[in-house]
Amino acid sequence: MKIYVPCDSAAKALGADAVAAEIQAQAAARGIDITLVRNGTRGMIWLEPLVEVEGPNGRIAYGPMTPADVPHLFGDETECDTYLGLTDDLDWMRRQTRLTFARCGAIDPLSMDDYRAHGGFNGLERALGMGAEAIVDEVKQSGLRGRGGAGFPTGIKWDTVRLAHAPKKYIVCNADEGDSGTFADRMIMEGDPFSLIEGMIIAGLGVGADKGYVYLRSEYPDAIATMTRAVELARAAGVLGASVLGQGPAFDIEIRTGAGAYVCGEETSLLNSLEGRRGIVRAKPPLPALEGFLGRPTVVNNVISLATVPVIFEKGAAHYADFGLGRSRGTMPIQIAGNVARGGLFETAFGMPLGDLVNDIGGGTASGRPVKAVQVGGPLGAYMAPDKFDTPFGYEEFDAKDALIGHAGVVVFDEGADMLGLARFAMEFCAVESCGKCTPCRIGAVRGVETIDRIAAGDASAVPLLRDLCDTMKDGSLCALGGFTPFPVMSALNAFPEEFAAQTQEAAE
Amino acid sequence: MSARQATPSTDDITTIIAPLTDLEGPLLPMLHALQDQYGLIPDTAVPVLAETLNIGRAEVHGVISFYHDFRTNPVGRHVIKICRSEACQAVDGGALGKRVLDLLGLDWGGTTANGAVTVEPVYCLGMCACAPALMVDKTVHGRVDEAKIETILQEVGA
Ligand SMILES: Cc1cc2nc3c(=O)[nH]c(=O)nc-3n(C[C@H](O)[C@H](O)[C@H](O)COP(=O)(O)O)c2cc1C
Ligand code: SF4
Ligand code: FES
Repeated sequence: MKIYVPCDSAAKALGADAVAAEIQAQAAARGIDITLVRNGTRGMIWLEPLVEVEGPNGRIAYGPMTPADVPHLFGDETECDTYLGLTDDLDWMRRQTRLTFARCGAIDPLSMDDYRAHGGFNGLERALGMGAEAIVDEVKQSGLRGRGGAGFPTGIKWDTVRLAHAPKKYIVCNADEGDSGTFADRMIMEGDPFSLIEGMIIAGLGVGADKGYVYLRSEYPDAIATMTRAVELARAAGVLGASVLGQGPAFDIEIRTGAGAYVCGEETSLLNSLEGRRGIVRAKPPLPALEGFLGRPTVVNNVISLATVPVIFEKGAAHYADFGLGRSRGTMPIQIAGNVARGGLFETAFGMPLGDLVNDIGGGTASGRPVKAVQVGGPLGAYMAPDKFDTPFGYEEFDAKDALIGHAGVVVFDEGADMLGLARFAMEFCAVESCGKCTPCRIGAVRGVETIDRIAAGDASAVPLLRDLCDTMKDGSLCALGGFTPFPVMSALNAFPEEFAAQTQEAAE
Repeated sequence: MSARQATPSTDDITTIIAPLTDLEGPLLPMLHALQDQYGLIPDTAVPVLAETLNIGRAEVHGVISFYHDFRTNPVGRHVIKICRSEACQAVDGGALGKRVLDLLGLDWGGTTANGAVTVEPVYCLGMCACAPALMVDKTVHGRVDEAKIETILQEVGA
């Protein structure tokens, strides 16, 4: 009997380890021989811990499981209320297009045999037979754009690094994932770490780099452990090392731990941090692609950008580019979070309207109250009220609505949300995390908190001040921390002006 | 705890950082290694780091103070980090943080009188689909409610 219990940290945070222990105990007590696999999560976080039992027709899912539910796994499967049916038949699974996350949740994350059996290294094998220019062209043709937030075409970035002349080049994976509402990087690093390793190797082949770094935030201890182990295993198997898969040039990877600074997700700040400096943002130019880590040409890419590369090479650029909408090609792992009935990761082609993601896929709020707004794209993303729910999920489509998709986190709020409080938090967060290089960000964010406090205290004249301040921050900031903090603030103010004015009246009464 | 608060010698520091000197950009890995060992960055480490890396002491201080993770003051035997970010706020994470602080009579960053626990804010733990979340040392908890808080505080001896 083969049983799967996720080792993903969200599953563990909901009690997966206790369920796994109980399964072992119950099996032993019944004298049943079981193989317990700790897989990644399927992404249905609201059903975690989600246990799967291998059956004749496929894997059968049970969730959310508690230790008390475990005896049912060994009895009549349909007679318990955690029984969900075949995993592959679940609505959440059937409605996705899982390209990047195809293996996540299906395999044992640290089994290289599992990885290969599910198509792992097919992309790399193919890339090894191509020249550097052909590799970069393939990525260009896939239409892949950076999944870290800015949406810059990955192939063009790679080409800049490929064409740069230097004795040493680097691949740096940005695994700082600081945006609230996002966990796709964590999920793939814990659930399918070899896909990131494979993507980084292909990037190295494409640009002529032999060294990669993963800059991984310290808030993710489980992901750090899994990635570290995966790199060791890849080295032992000859995937990494002096000759990639025994056929290619050298490539190796080191895992580095961040130190709790949100701004270090910004690529130049990240490079400073990796070099052992304060994480101050660097002015561009020079581009990191030309003068990056230790002054060398460097590809800095998000985890999902890199982990998507293997499937592009396995299935071909055209296959990937066939999905999507407009200039947003391929699929996006959308993370639905906050006050939502069905929270989790849902990978789908670009183009699904925001409202479908929130109400249809996510099932509306967890509280059952009406949705008031969603914040898309992390702490620098706009709040969008239901009147914008027809916006298709895509870079340009969101831009046209003064919003951004960022790393594709969607945080749902019910009608109890305090929009003025959330606007204040955006400013406070910017003040706490500012690298300090530019005044509009460093000082402006502190003023922003004070100004919102004045509005809350009834001073209506502070509203135009807040607008001016946001303009100054937008125009005068070097990076998107100071430059985009006005998005959540202004969107809250514009969509819910009464919450900024109502305070005024209350105080005046 | 006593080991953690001891003042390590230059030799102790050197032993910890020596294996890392060949890394490209070794300072953050060294600081992490020191904090893993001592629970903080000992004052005595600064001159050793400066000399080993051939940089100024002020620069070492600058790096230590830039990052939220690195501490120079002792903390409790356990550290509870409570997420303050938006997805957690959407499900009353704000009230959760306040509740823990009130129960322990602390402000953010404070340590209980018995030295058991320090409470710090954190900005997202990647548990946004099972919020509100907090982390006890290196263990993450999701969908934290009143009952879970009680169990956790009991376990850490607060
Ligand atoms: C304040 C700030 C924080 C950022 N945080 C992240 C992050 O956590 N992860 C990430 O991949 N990109 C982040 N970015 C974007 C990076 O600067 C950069 O665009 C990205 O790593 C490039 O990779 P991509 O092209 O694959 O997206 C951040 C940017 C800013 C301004
Ligand atoms: S906008 Fe803020 S975080 Fe970005 S460089 Fe300027 S001060 Fe630093
Ligand atoms: S916002 Fe709290 S865990 Fe992500």
